[in-house]
Order: sequence, then C-alpha cells, then structure tokens
Amino acid sequence: MKRVAVPSIVESDTAQGEGGRTAGAAVDASAGRVQLSESPEPRIFLSEEEDEFGGKQMILNMGPQHPATHGTLRVILKLDGERIVDVDPEIGFLHTGFEKLGEHLSYTQFITVTDRMNYLSAINNNVGYAIAVEALLGIQVPERAQVLRVIMSEISRVADHVLCLGLQAMDMGAFSIMLWAFEKREKIYDIIEAICGSRLTTSWTRVGGLFRDVPEDFPAMVRQFLADFPGVIDEIETMLRGNRIFEERVKGTGILPAAEAVSYGITGPCLRASGVPYDVRKALPYSGYESYDFEVPFQAEGDSWARFLQRIAECRQSLRIVEQALKRLHAGPVNVSDTKRVLPDKASVYQNIESLIHHFKQIMLGHGSAPPRGAEVYSCTESPNGELGFYIVSDGEMNPYRVRVRPPSMYNYGVFTRLARGGMVSDAVAVLSSLNIIAGELDR
Amino acid sequence: MSPSGAPQVGGGIPLAPAAIIDRLKGRFGDKIRSGGLPGKTPHAIVPREHVMPILAFLRDEPELSFDFLADVTAVDHAILELAEIGERFAVVYQLCSLRHSHRFEVKTAVSEDDPRLPSACDLWKSALWGERETHDMFGIEFEGNPDLRRLLMPENYPGFPLRKDYPLRGRGERDSFRQYRPGGAPAVEADRQARPAV
Repeated sequence: MKRVAVPSIVESDTAQGEGGRTAGAAVDASAGRVQLSESPEPRIFLSEEEDEFGGKQMILNMGPQHPATHGTLRVILKLDGERIVDVDPEIGFLHTGFEKLGEHLSYTQFITVTDRMNYLSAINNNVGYAIAVEALLGIQVPERAQVLRVIMSEISRVADHVLCLGLQAMDMGAFSIMLWAFEKREKIYDIIEAICGSRLTTSWTRVGGLFRDVPEDFPAMVRQFLADFPGVIDEIETMLRGNRIFEERVKGTGILPAAEAVSYGITGPCLRASGVPYDVRKALPYSGYESYDFEVPFQAEGDSWARFLQRIAECRQSLRIVEQALKRLHAGPVNVSDTKRVLPDKASVYQNIESLIHHFKQIMLGHGSAPPRGAEVYSCTESPNGELGFYIVSDGEMNPYRVRVRPPSMYNYGVFTRLARGGMVSDAVAVLSSLNIIAGELDR
Repeated sequence: MSPSGAPQVGGGIPLAPAAIIDRLKGRFGDKIRSGGLPGKTPHAIVPREHVMPILAFLRDEPELSFDFLADVTAVDHAILELAEIGERFAVVYQLCSLRHSHRFEVKTAVSEDDPRLPSACDLWKSALWGERETHDMFGIEFEGNPDLRRLLMPENYPGFPLRKDYPLRGRGERDSFRQYRPGGAPAVEADRQARPAV
C-alpha cells in the first residue's frame, strides 16, 4: 500500500508516519504537545517512481480554502497530467463536537445546536430532532403544528435546492444564476424571519410543538411564495437546460450506478438521481406526509446532470405539498398542552404562576420530565440532502446520554473518491457541487 | 436485487422488529438476544464473534433484504451500565430495507480491553466511513476496514472524544497546536500587529 497524501520525500522527516497536514511535525510524547519542525512544506509533490514514458504523478492539494469546495473541505488529488489517479478527501475542519455537546445540554437546548448542522435548511434539522425526541417521549403533536412543520420543511427544502442549483451553475461558470437564486432565496428567509425572528439559526421547533404560533399574515406570505417560485424554478431550468457549456461539463461526469449508491448509503436527491426512488417521506411517513399527494421523482442516469434535474423536479413536488398543506392550516394549538412533560406557552409563563412553576420545573436539571433509563430511539426524516437520522439514548436524566446524528452529507461525501477517480480535475468540481456537501453537517 | 442490478424500492412486506428477531432466532438460536424497554422498539443484541454472519443473513434473506446500512455508531456504557450490554461499548448498526420499507437495529457489545470487531464494509460500502468515525470517536478497531484512519479529528490526536471519560473541554490539545504565522512571529505578537488599535 502506498501513501496518497504524503510522498516519500516527506516521509523521512515525519515522525511516527503522520499525514500530510502534520508533515514535518514531531510528537513530543513526554510533554504531550505537538512540536513542528522548522522545515517548510514543499509546495508541489511529485512521485518518485516514473511511468513507462518517464512521466511523474503530481499530488495536488485542493482546499480547505477553495471557492469550489463551498466550505472547509480538503481534497488531496493524485494526478497524472489532468487526469485524477486517486483522491483522498480529508474532512473535520468544521468539527465542533455537536454529539459531545448534546450529552451536556438538555433535550430542548440541543435544538439550537441542530441549527448549525445544515445551515441552509436549519428548519429541517429542527423538525427532525424534535420528531426524534417526541418519539422517545411518546408525545403526539397537534395537527396545526404538524401542518406548519410540513409547510416550513418544504419551503426550506426549496431554499436549499435552489441555492444548490445556483452554486452548481456558479461552479460551471454561470454566475448570474447564483445571484438570482440568492435573491429569490431571500424571500424565503423573510418568511422564516417572520415566524421565528432569525434567518439562519432558526431554533423554531420545541419538543411537543413549536416555539410559537405563526403570525397572522403567514398564509399570505406562503401564498406569495407559491405564486413566485414556479417561475423561479422555470427560470433556472431555462437558463441551464440547453446551455452547452453547463450541459457538456455535467453530463456524464460522476456517474453513480444504482446498486453502488445503495451500498454507499447515499440518500436524498443523489440516490434518487441514480434511479432509486427511495424517500423517507413515503417509506416511513412522519408529520402526516402519508396524507399528501406528491410523487417521488427519479432520474435514470446517475450523473451530475441527473442530480441537477432531480433537484428541479423535487422543488416542484415541494410546492405541491405546500399548496395542499396550506389548505389544511386550521386554527388550533401548536403545542402539546401537557405542561408536565413539555415547556408551557411563553405568554402564559409571564402571566400565571402555574405555568411559571412548570416552566422552571422543565428547565431545572433534575426536576423536569425525562425519558426512562435505557430508552433509545432511531428516528429519521427526509432532509434536503437525504436521510437525517437521530439516534438518542437516555439514562433517565434531563439531558440525553448519547445523541448520534446520522448526517446525510457525510455518507454522500463518502462516495466522492469513487466518483472523482478517473475523471479530470474540472470534473471533480462538477461532481462536488452536484453532491451538495454542507460542511457544517459533514463535520458536526 | 432485481435482475437489472438496480435495487427494488417498495412493494415488499414490512416486518415488525419483533418478527425480525423471531426470524433471527429461528436461524441463529440463542445467540440472538432481544433488547430494548417493554413498549419500545426492540432490537437484537448479538455476540461480536457472530456479528458478520448475522448481518450477512439480514442482508441476503429475501424476506428481510436489508440492502441499506444507514449508520454505524457506538455508545459508551461507562456510566449507563445495562445488563443486556455487559461491556463498555455497544456498536450499533442501523439497517434499512428499501424493498420492504422496514428498519432494524443490531447491537453488539465490545469490551474496553479488546475493542476489536470485524468490519462490515464487505457487506455495505457505507460502513467505510461510518466505521472510520466510530473508530475516531471511540477507539474501536474494525478489522478488515481498508482505511481506518481518523475521520474528523487530526491524525495525531491522542484521545477519543466521545468516550465518557473524555472531558467536554478536552485535555488542552487545542493549545498544543502551533500556528503557522508569516515570518515566524510568535502568535500573540502577530495578532497584535495585525489588528489595528481600536
């Protein structure tokens, strides 16, 4: 087995065979501190062995700060000319220890952490986590809360997909589409701001319902969204379908066959673009998705172009769901009324002593409700990138014993080596943008 | 799998987790134990020397056909000691069948002194990264995984962050990383020079 990241010229300087990031570093075990030697890192790596024509392979570093990586990803490419011989993706630059943090926060507090995972569609994370904790506690949320969760999840999905389409176009050189997508996405953020006061870090759900009911003009805002967005999606599609530069760069790149997509644990639009019409909303419905009339679109080709078409098709289905859900939005409570188990309504906390007591009981560690010792749940929802799973184990305390987040981006990125190998460097960019890797969720 | 090689989605008969445990017990006998609280979703707890045949059976049996490994992770039971686990770590596999739309959870106990387990990456490729992360966070060795480097933490990181004896704020590793500064200036001095006085 040969090294990919570090060529043999560096190996002699490297104590204990550390990888490329710590090239030239020595670990002083007695002090427990990492000491770097003074030798500068070589800029360009060339392999020592030559092929039959006397050519050498080059090792090229892409990222972690690179415009095409859309976040802090590092990819180490081994190149034969322009062709990629091997790929070594390195992740973890945005690792923040969300799962460790979860063990030290209460069930409600962890909602704020879920915002920071897929920050392009934070509401889907909030909803996914709330559903997991509700399954653990055995809570059934009211009808209105479920409908609102569906509406906002789908609106967030459209926002996520539209941005991904824009960035995919930008990476292929079509910059104007990215700007249009950003501008239209702002309209969605206006809705999000109206319901929860912030645009990115929403923290909108609570265990047992929502943070608060939506404002009165919410249905009008959603109707405006429904009127605007079919045109936006058509516009993006018109600009890129038949665009020769875009089509020729994405068609046929990063082909992922169906059987491999399943084996690699790919989910979401990337799986469906490979011809596997699996959607958690259909297979294991939550929040009443089984009662909505929508289709699971899929493509056959499995290349970057298919992933682009897939997101377009999914946006249209999301609009269908929002339209149906809006008709079901009847007046009613948005929270479970059992305040011995969930936080009481904030307005009543300020006005009556009973709610204040319940509020304190739910906040103070050791006084509120908690799942039984040894209880555990694995719950998954369909987030814009795929299956977002939460595996929660309880030890009977008010904070989880273990919170595992099954990030769709991480498993989707695991196949990148397979897709980029054998292609050109420019194909790697086309593939990466079509997978829609969100570093916050990838590294957690 | 259908003749064309594409996995079949939907159209199957979903089984409840209790029924899946019954099938497993019928094939493997008393090697299978069922876990989980009464009234909660049950899962199977299997001994680690039999985990690969059992996972292969779950994948290949037509009635079960778990063709999708959704997640591999672990739980450190250092504080929450459960009789059904009996060891320090429990490695958890989340399985899903696209055809039958059912899900199942398999657990296996791994001891602290000998944290080794065969790798599932021959059955599902998604185990490649799932096991890497579990190795990174808990220090569990998956034998047979071709690329068991750390996934999220730096390669020379000394600890396993999700173990219960690892402190939330770390052990000072953060201060040990020297930062690259142009001209070799000490980090604090370079910071002061870079920032204008307010």
